[in-house]
Parts: sequence; structure tokens; C-alpha cells
Amino acid sequence: MKTLEADSAQKLEQGRVINDFSIQVATVNGSGSQSSNTVLMRSIFQMGIPVSGKNLFPSNIAGLPTWFTIRVNKDGWIARKKEIDILVAMNPQTAVEDVKSLRPGAVCVSPVELNLDKVRSDVRHYLVPFAQLASETTENIKLRKLVTNMIYVGVVAELLEIDQKEIDVAIAKQFEGKSKAIELNLTASNKGRQWAKENLKKEDPFYVEKMDKTAGKIIIDGNSAAALGCMFAGVTVVTWYPITPSSSLCESLSDYMHEYRIEEDGKATYAIIQAEDEIAAIGMALGAGWAGARSMTSTSGPGISLMGEFTGLGYFAEIPTVIFDVQRVGPSTGMPTRTHQADLMSTYQLSHGDTKHILLLPGSVEECYSMASAAFDLAERFQTPVFVLSDLDLGMNNWMSEPFKYPEQPMDRGKVLDAAELERLGKFERYRDVDGDGIPYRTLPGTDHPLAAYFTRGSGHNEKAAYTERPEDYVNLMNRLDKKYQTARKYVPKPELHESKNAKVGIIAFGSSHPAIMESLDQLKASNLQASYLRLKALPFTEELRKFVDQHEHVYVVEQNRDAQMRDLIRLELPEFSMKLRSVRHFDGLPLDARTVTDAILEQER
Amino acid sequence: MVDSATKPQGAPAPKTNRIGLTLADYKGSPSTLCDGCGHDAITSQIIKACYDVGINPHQVAKLSGIGCSSKTPAYFLSRAHGFNAVHGRMPSVATGASMANKQLHLLAVSGDGDTASIGLGQFCHIVRRNIPMVYIVENNGVYGLTKGQFSATAEKGAKLKSGVQNELQSIDLCSLAIELGCGFVGRSFAGDPKQLVALLKAAMSHNGTAVLDVISPCVTFNNHEGSTKSYKYAKEHETPLHELGFVGFYEQITVDYEPGSVQEVAMHDGSKITLKKTDHDYDPKDRGKAISTIARANEEKQFLTGLLYVDESKSSFTDVMHLVDAPLATLPQDKVRPPKSALDEIMKSLM
Repeated sequence: MKTLEADSAQKLEQGRVINDFSIQVATVNGSGSQSSNTVLMRSIFQMGIPVSGKNLFPSNIAGLPTWFTIRVNKDGWIARKKEIDILVAMNPQTAVEDVKSLRPGAVCVSPVELNLDKVRSDVRHYLVPFAQLASETTENIKLRKLVTNMIYVGVVAELLEIDQKEIDVAIAKQFEGKSKAIELNLTASNKGRQWAKENLKKEDPFYVEKMDKTAGKIIIDGNSAAALGCMFAGVTVVTWYPITPSSSLCESLSDYMHEYRIEEDGKATYAIIQAEDEIAAIGMALGAGWAGARSMTSTSGPGISLMGEFTGLGYFAEIPTVIFDVQRVGPSTGMPTRTHQADLMSTYQLSHGDTKHILLLPGSVEECYSMASAAFDLAERFQTPVFVLSDLDLGMNNWMSEPFKYPEQPMDRGKVLDAAELERLGKFERYRDVDGDGIPYRTLPGTDHPLAAYFTRGSGHNEKAAYTERPEDYVNLMNRLDKKYQTARKYVPKPELHESKNAKVGIIAFGSSHPAIMESLDQLKASNLQASYLRLKALPFTEELRKFVDQHEHVYVVEQNRDAQMRDLIRLELPEFSMKLRSVRHFDGLPLDARTVTDAILEQER
Repeated sequence: MVDSATKPQGAPAPKTNRIGLTLADYKGSPSTLCDGCGHDAITSQIIKACYDVGINPHQVAKLSGIGCSSKTPAYFLSRAHGFNAVHGRMPSVATGASMANKQLHLLAVSGDGDTASIGLGQFCHIVRRNIPMVYIVENNGVYGLTKGQFSATAEKGAKLKSGVQNELQSIDLCSLAIELGCGFVGRSFAGDPKQLVALLKAAMSHNGTAVLDVISPCVTFNNHEGSTKSYKYAKEHETPLHELGFVGFYEQITVDYEPGSVQEVAMHDGSKITLKKTDHDYDPKDRGKAISTIARANEEKQFLTGLLYVDESKSSFTDVMHLVDAPLATLPQDKVRPPKSALDEIMKSLM
């Protein structure tokens, strides 16, 4: 009897590539292909094989090209892979260009009538009569487009040897509670599978084989993860204005809150308001934060720009709120459905005058979840707007993750004085640094005590919150705000260090770049370059940054923007190390891939 | 209550209201506005109205935007929290505060620049949402702090001190509010304290956004000949639609009127407004007529004051949101953080 290992080895000898390839499905947006692609991805995930899915879509409702990429990787690398191994070319608009972009030896599944085999002969073609199969599956012409998507799932499943059982389970999950849809999709996937079995001769090396690397894991997008984080952080007032790619954060929060935050009498422990614009959204969030609620808003670049003035008020008048920025490509409208990390600098110093904000930088869906709690605690502890900088890649794509942990710490509501404490203290000055950490005490409107009231203003104010234009009062206030910011260094999440002993090269990155950096470290090692990696999780910087930069000869700051914004912020922080800092920038709007990072570093190290 | 027997002879205890507070308890810091500013006259009536109805100052949140008018919340109710927002964006701050603590009484002051120009969008949306609050527009037709430029409520043909004439049509905030579905719209004049205080008290009883457009002459930049928002012009042109009275829910007053001479409007909290008829036969419950009456008055250069429109049947935003009874702001952790079983259930569904 052959062992599994021996069997795999033999298959490899036969030129089999198992659990290590990428599939790209090219379709038209609005055609319903998202469900099919999710089913395909999920069925592989169910087989215990690490997967990731990325949707490359246009800013459009229906009719423009869209590409969904599934990366299957036995080693657990989930960053985008540049090269496509299997193309499912369903979109006639882009099919020729799509197939031309393939490397020789790649696989192309396409509708027979597109004649793609005439375009490239060095690609393994599987030509499928999708139209005919669809019309055999359903008489309903409107449904044919939809069933076509599930037919290609069946064809691909047969080619890769994905168990039909797994497809069945994934379909049942995707269309939960809709028995008609489940039945139709099962029929369609079987139709494709059966046709492929009878008519196609497998002539490519790609196969899936069961593993055990996904047991107990979840699949979730970063926006839903952030929404969960907010709900378990105890958010009570949510205000937002629709904008890609952040809308799904508040929409999914709305769904979760409706499920879990309505009392038995039908009353809500929260308010979610779709505002008239982002200015109103941040104004509402600040009004709620001022009155004591855990408040938040979620937006993307253009919304951040609109929130500038109010953010300055929040900083200056010291009002807590949490702002999620799910970054997209700017400037201006930019490319709304592409990913970037270019709001870093503008958000850090958002608003006129001397301002600097606390920024959290989640690098995984798990951190979208856990940093939500951290953000609310920091906002209330420091009485200031706190930003969470996610991005489209993290926010809207599906990622594997360990299940999220229930928050262990109680909510930190910060320095709030109630009537009893005011009575005990006998004195209250809103903007006085009583504890020496730069953080004053506040009271909430409605507090029944003669000392409680104060006047919140964006104009110059003294420690008693009274209007002032006295130079010393202004300087005193600004210095205290800076002191408060310095205190925040000890409270923000510390960077994550991946140390390689005696490495002379250091890499610094943040946010959604993380999976690509981890894979790149492996590639660099294969090229005999040892590198350590520090993943930043917040601004202001913490002491670990200086130590890391000090310890390495060269430090590459990898980021997804044109101007090396993080590198420059680090230069400002550590001017003495300026010459050590090098830059790797990737800013075409596609998620970062490992090869780009590896090649850029190897070239500079040569 | 102070026991007068223990007080020295000749020093009578100050008068108190129904919750035992004196008028001084409703005052704020001294005003820094120009002597004779209409805004200060309005401030006095806000203080009087709050004292008269016996509202607890700590249960009030004062809100404003930017401009001369928006400075005034510092000059009344020093025992209430105040929030001076950014220019034109007070309504959004009020909306957030209202959601965070629905037990607060929101008292907002804005100006014609703050509301009709930079803040017109937020004004429309707060009216549309019907946030429970009193929204006072201290309307003088000019930008005071920036030295007298026209605002969007300046009438066509009105003249600046320099002689520059306004060529643009004005925005009538009252007809706009009615159009947008506002359930309480009044117009008054800083120089008519009796009417203003009654309107303020009535507005405080309303469950929803109550808009009060109060003509408030700017003595420095818009009180000259040719101005349509001067004391002289307003006094000469004011045409009250009715004689306004207010009877609080806590008052046991019955007044006998000649039959048919007084219209009573029952308010949400049990208070009532009495409208004693003048020459005008005006029913403030008729929305269409309210809009046409204002339009005709504007054409005829009449300055109509009084309760222009009222509808006590509308649901406020806090009603619509079905919030729990306690303020969201101070709900304990066990009310706002679902149990671990909820997270486990969600995680399982994502596997």
C-alpha cells in the first residue's frame, strides 16, 4: 500500500502541482459571479487548504469587467500572487487581453465561441459550450447568466478534483435558507462537472488535495470584522455616509446590531444614522462622543477630507470618537475600487493648525476586529478622535483567520467625573492637567451638579474652558495637548517584531502589506538574504521603532503609496537614522504581492 | 425653599420658580456683544422662558455654530453644558448629542449666516429628521463678526451701510422649514419680548424640531435707513398674526375668552398655546395656508410674526429610533457588549 506521502511524491514526479496555484475568474460585474467565486473558494477552504480571495472590481453597478482571484497555497501564503495559473475567461470584452497576459503553460477555461485557442497556442485550453449547457439547465432566460457562473464552478471543480460534496456544502452555505436557489445551483454545478468529465481530457498539472490547515478557521472580510469589533466594543452611536470601500462596514454593523443589540422589549441600545454627508457624520459622532456615547463613523479618503475641520475641533476641544478610514486610491475621486495606503500623512495631521492624531493600523482581519476595541478605549482615555486606517484590500476581500477572541478587558471609559465625584472634589476645571499625563477630566451633559457644566468650544480656551486669546493660555493648552500625545505612546498597540538573528537588513511595513512581507521574507531567505521585519501598528510611534532601526544597517520601509509617507514620518521621528531608511513603494492600486517586495529589496542590496 | 422667617428683616428672599431656582440661576456670563444688540434681548427672553417653565439647567444642552449669535449660549444657563460647534454644523452635533442622551433638552442658537448659508444643508436635514430641540435663528441679515456682508436672508433691495444694494432673493427659513415638514415654526422679533417668551416656552414643549426665526437687529452693521432688519423697520412693519399665550402643563389657569376669539393648541407635554385672534383669521395648523400666507406677506413687505405652523402629531427622531429609555451614553457594559455566546455563534457561522 502506498503512503499518502509516497503517493504525492509520485504525483509530483508526474508533474502534478498540488495546492499551489492561483485561479482568476474574469467576468462582467453585476452578473452574479461573486456567489460562484465564493462557492469555489469556500469548497477549497473546506478541504483544509489555505486560500485567499481578492475581488478586483470596477466602480460601476453592472456591465464592466471584474476579476476574482483565488490563491490556493499549501504553505499558507495568502497575499496576492502576480502570476495567474488558471484563467476562467468568461468576459468576451477582456478575454483576448486576459489570455494574452498568461504565462506559457497556464490554463484557460473559456466559452467555446470565443475561440481563445486561436489567440494563444502555448496555453492549455479547455473550451466549454457554456451557452448550450446553461440553456439545458434552465428554461428561464434571465437565470441563464447566473447558472453559467455555477457551471464554470462545476468545470473547474472537475478539473482540479474538488469533491462534489464540498461544492454542495459551499452552495448550501452561500444560499442559506433559499431552497430554490440551492437546487438550481447544485444542478448547474453538476451540469458543468458532468460535461467536463465526459468531454475534457485533463492536460494540466493543477490539483487540490485535502489538507488540515484550515480546521477551526473562519473566512471574513475586514469590514465585517471591524463591525464585529465595534459591536463588542460597546459602540452606541454610529453615523456614516455611504462611500466605497467603507459602506459595508456600517451596513454589516447594522445587521449585527439588529441581531444582538435589541432588548427584549424591542428597544435598541444603539443608534445608527445614515447622515447627509461626511461632515454631518463626523459632527454627529462628535456630538455623541461629547454627550458620553461610544461613537464612531466610517469612511474613505474623500470623506476624510471633508471631516477635516470637525476633526480639528475634536482634537482641540478634546472629544472622543472613532473614525474608520477604509482607504482607496486618491487623490480626488481617484480609483474608488482599488487599494492604497496613501491617506497616512493627511490623516495623521488632519485639519488646520498644529494637529496630530492617534492612528491604528490593522494588518489582518483579526486586527480590524481587535483594534476596534482598542480604538474606543484610546478615544475615551485620551478624549480625542482616533483613526483606524484599514484599506480596500483588507476591508472588502475575504481572508482566513483564527476565530476572534472575546474581549477580556472591561471598556475603558476614561476620566469622566460624575456628580458624586464632583461633590467629593469640590472643584472642576475641564482642561486642567491634574494628573500630569496631559489628560484632563471631563463631565457629561446632564450631570446633576452645580460644578459639572462647562462650555466646549473650538476657539481659544483656558483651563476653565472659558474663551481666551491670552498668549500664555494658548501655549499652555497646546503644550498640554502635545504632552497628552506623548502619553499616548505608552498606550497604543506595540509593533510586531519578526526577528531573524544577525540580520543586517530590516523591513518595516504596516496594514494590509503584512501577508506579502511574510512571504517575501521567505523568498529573500531563499536568495540568501536574512531580514528582520517590524510591523507598525500605530501612530504615535513607540520606542520599539528606534531600537529596530538602530539595530539594522539598512531598513526598507514598504508601503502602498507614491510618496513614501511612512518612511518620511519615521525620518521625522528619527532624523539621526535618516540615511539608513530606504523605500519600497507599490501604488498601482492592486494589493501588494511578495515578488514586488523581494525584487525591490534584492535590487537595492545587490 | 428658603424660610423667610430666618432671613433678616428688609431682605426679602429672591423669587423662585416651581423648582426653587431664582432667575439668576438661569443666567450666564456677561455678554460681549455690542450694546443694544438684538441677540442680547433674545438671551434675556431665553433666560426668562427657562425660568418660567422651571426647566432644570443641568438637563439642558446649549448648542451653537459660529457667529455673533452663536456666542450667546455662553450668556445664559451657565449651569448647562454648552457646545460651540464649527460654522454651520451645529445641527449634526445636536443630532449626535440627542442620540447619546435623549433626556437632554437641546437649546440651539444659530444665525442667518450659520443657518441659511454655510449650514443650509444641515438645517434641512435636522428638520427632516425632527430631532427634538429648539432651534433659534437670530436673524439680522448680515455677517457681524466679519464686518457686515449680506447674508442669504437679506431681502432683495435691502441696503448695506455703504449703500450697496442686495440684488438677490432672500431665503425664508420659516417657509423652508414648513416645506421640509417641520412641526413647529414661529417668527418673532427681538423687540417684542412678550410674544418671544411665549413662543420660546411653547417651542420647549414641542416634541420635535421647533424652528424660531427671530429678527434680531444688528446695531452696528444693519440698523440704518434702507435696512429691512433694523429696529425701526421691524417695529413699523411687524404684524402679529395673533396674541400669543402659553399655559404650562404645571399651571392651573383657566381663562375665560369670548367664544371663538381664541384658538387653543394642545402641546405634546400637556401644555397649551393660546392664540387670541387679531384682524387676521389665521389657523397655524393649515400647512398650505401657512406657506401661501408667508409668501404673500413677503411680496407685500409685511413682517408677519407669531406661530406660523404647528403640528403636534409628528414622531420625533428619538421616537423613530426606538431607543431604550436610559441614555445610550451611560448604558452599562452588560447592556452594550453582547455575551461571549453571541461571538461564538457568529464565529461558527463564518467557519
